[in-house]
Amino acid sequence: MKSTTLLHELLERAIAAHPDRTAVEDDAGAAITYAELGRLTDRLRDRLRALGVAPGDRVGIYLRKSIDAVAAIYGILKTGAAYVPVDPLAPVARNAFILNDCSVKAVIVGASFEGALRTELDRLGAAPRILALATAGSGMALPAALDEADRASTAPATTDAAPAPDSLAYILYTSGSTGNPKGVMLSHRNAVSYVAWCSEVFRPTHDDRLSNHAPLHFDLSILDLFLAVRHAAALIPIGEEIGKDPARLARLISEKRITIWYSAPSILTLLTQYGGLDRHAVPSLRIVLFAGEVFPVKHLRALKGLWPAPRYFNLYGPTETNVCTYFEVPAEIPAERTAPYPIGAACSHFRTRVVGDDGREGPRGSEGELWAAGDGVMQGYWNLPDESARAFVEDASGVRWYRTGDIVVEDDTGDFLFVGRRDRMVKRRGYRVELGEIEAALYKHPDVEEAAVIALPDSESGVRIRAFLTCRGRKRPSMIELKRFSAENLPLYMVPDVLTVTDSLPKTSTGKTDYQKLKATP
Amino acid sequence: MDEIKKTVRKFIMEEFLPGEDPNELADSTPLITGGILDSIATLKLVAYLEEEYRIEIAAHEADTENLNTIDSIARLVQSKRKSG
Repeated sequence: MKSTTLLHELLERAIAAHPDRTAVEDDAGAAITYAELGRLTDRLRDRLRALGVAPGDRVGIYLRKSIDAVAAIYGILKTGAAYVPVDPLAPVARNAFILNDCSVKAVIVGASFEGALRTELDRLGAAPRILALATAGSGMALPAALDEADRASTAPATTDAAPAPDSLAYILYTSGSTGNPKGVMLSHRNAVSYVAWCSEVFRPTHDDRLSNHAPLHFDLSILDLFLAVRHAAALIPIGEEIGKDPARLARLISEKRITIWYSAPSILTLLTQYGGLDRHAVPSLRIVLFAGEVFPVKHLRALKGLWPAPRYFNLYGPTETNVCTYFEVPAEIPAERTAPYPIGAACSHFRTRVVGDDGREGPRGSEGELWAAGDGVMQGYWNLPDESARAFVEDASGVRWYRTGDIVVEDDTGDFLFVGRRDRMVKRRGYRVELGEIEAALYKHPDVEEAAVIALPDSESGVRIRAFLTCRGRKRPSMIELKRFSAENLPLYMVPDVLTVTDSLPKTSTGKTDYQKLKATP
Repeated sequence: MDEIKKTVRKFIMEEFLPGEDPNELADSTPLITGGILDSIATLKLVAYLEEEYRIEIAAHEADTENLNTIDSIARLVQSKRKSG
């Protein structure tokens, strides 16, 4: 396949080759064929055009995981616009910020979120067109919403847009160190080159059944969504509730005959510990992919003991590149091994370098920052030209390298080992968390004078987040009050585990918060 | 009931609110919607209750309705012990 293909062309090819195969099947049993998905997304394209959406625009998706949400993605891409998925479980104010930040032309929103979203968008002075989908009951709401809109006036039939391959296909917002989420801009070429690499390594066929565990705003979902369609395979989106419930998830993987699983390691650890995997046979499962954080070997070994047959791959890459290196876990994990497995070597659509503090590539085995170049590298951050410029280095031959911020070393077999971060970003349950964004949220509390947030390694959960605060006046909010406040202002995976109010924060000689001293606080 | 509440309160204080003043945690304090129990903490709590009281809590019972306050947790445990 040419690398210039557009994402929605993948769908057209699947429809032409396998119109009657299942395209998407949800966790409640509803399903849609490729031909049906084609017709539904054509209708959505026409409706979005009637609402004023044009090539180059952005369209928000504020839906729970569902067949409707998958159809929304393809309907938006067919208009030539980029889709912007927000986390339906995150605070509505954060989602409104994101949708306003990239000035979406329209939002496809679940009716249960619509009222609160309109209020928040109003406060920001934003007024995108709204297409609301009923959320009561089960089954698909998108066809009904389109019928309803057609009753007022039929949307004229149009054809798929053919934007340039470097046009934006989606914007994924990740945690931002300054307190606001930042939008990573990805093009059709970025995603299509990634899908081509996945095809080469995982060799899917139309008989495969891919899980979609990751939320749509998380870059893991790109593999699920587009690799399935590239091969006319079935995609199984897993709802938010089942997704975090290991017992129901274990049953679903077995009953839905998932063949390719992809998630953050933390959910695989939960499945191992609480899923009762020995009670659910998975003869169909052939590949287990994980990414987003380090998988503690203890838990990986236990999982392989319960699911011995599949091949296991560690995929690595920030949202800015999606997967850029990968490593296949050996069939046998030695009992004495405790060191995590490497993040591997570059995928075929990437080149990598390890660059030391002096800006040069050191000898093999020396620590340095991992840089990546290739068709998968993002276009930049939405509306943040300075931050975008800082993310890239152009070399003498004109190659644009993305600086991942991850410190790695290359081992003697040519695989990279992850060492740590250059900055204050940590991974929690696979999600990126900028400690600065948590601090910024805590500063919004009326009693908080100063806030400092640190991350501490934890053998059980990977990382524990601890916040230290000083307060104005004598009133000291309780930890319970501060957790409630955090939950109202941040996604749940960013709420600190422990919050401690103290009289003062330790300072360095230059008057900055002394994070090292805080890390040593018992 | 009071004995169950006391035990559950102690577990939540030690595991999820280390250093907090015990008087701040009321029987009606929202735990899940209040950001004290996330999904993993909820699983830990359920595993603890199953072990401590020799009961089984089904996946569909481990929800906000049953686990959001110490009051509702105690009611769930109580009903399980009676029926068990």
